Amino acid sequence: MPESHDLLFKTLADPTRRAIFERLCREGEQTVAALTARAGVSQPAVSKHLGALKQAGLVLDRHQGRQTHYSAQLGALTPLIDWTSQMAGFWHSRFDALEDLLKRMDQ
Amino acid sequence: MSETSTGTLSVVVERQIPYPPEKIWRALTQPHLIEEWLMKNDFQPVVGHHFDLRADWGAVGCRVVAVEPNRTLSYTWEAYGLESVVTWTLTPSATGTHLRMEQAGFRPDQQQAYQGAKAGWPRFLAALEQLLARTD
Repeated sequence: MPESHDLLFKTLADPTRRAIFERLCREGEQTVAALTARAGVSQPAVSKHLGALKQAGLVLDRHQGRQTHYSAQLGALTPLIDWTSQMAGFWHSRFDALEDLLKRMDQ
Repeated sequence: MSETSTGTLSVVVERQIPYPPEKIWRALTQPHLIEEWLMKNDFQPVVGHHFDLRADWGAVGCRVVAVEPNRTLSYTWEAYGLESVVTWTLTPSATGTHLRMEQAGFRPDQQQAYQGAKAGWPRFLAALEQLLARTD
């Protein structure tokens, strides 16, 4: 898999961050305060997670007055959704290599 | 939404191989042979053994989960922060061996840090699939 997937997968590997992202997916745009109200973690922690999600392209922020609203960017998930087809391609090529090796091996 | 991403997140590749299980088992478990078809490695067929598969693009962290000589081999496969489990099954057949590889989805999270949400990988991905199906 290309290195560009690295950041996306690492970002979503954290369950708290994943839960915040899932909430934005399900419930639409929300402020940090609204997300914090239902999180088991502090507002700075939620902000930090949102920063990581933003860096990975998973959320967009929109400033309105003193509030920042965050929304999920589903398009950024494509590499994750494509994981199975990519791994299938990888394993098919490894099976080919394995069969080549078996032909060359002694019985 | 791609066809392969629906249902459980697992990859299955099966092939009929014209060699006996014992020979295939050697290729699956001897480090110098594994290197020839998969990647450089420090594999040992011992349950609990940690090993790395190394390639130009990086490394895959693995741990042996099950070893049943000439029949079953299973190890975890962790890359890019995602952990899955690879299981090889060898079944003797009339013409050699039926070889099956299954790489199964993502490990459920051990802990839940965010109150009110159960965001384990399988549930998360199921939720996303539902969401993406609705937005098509």
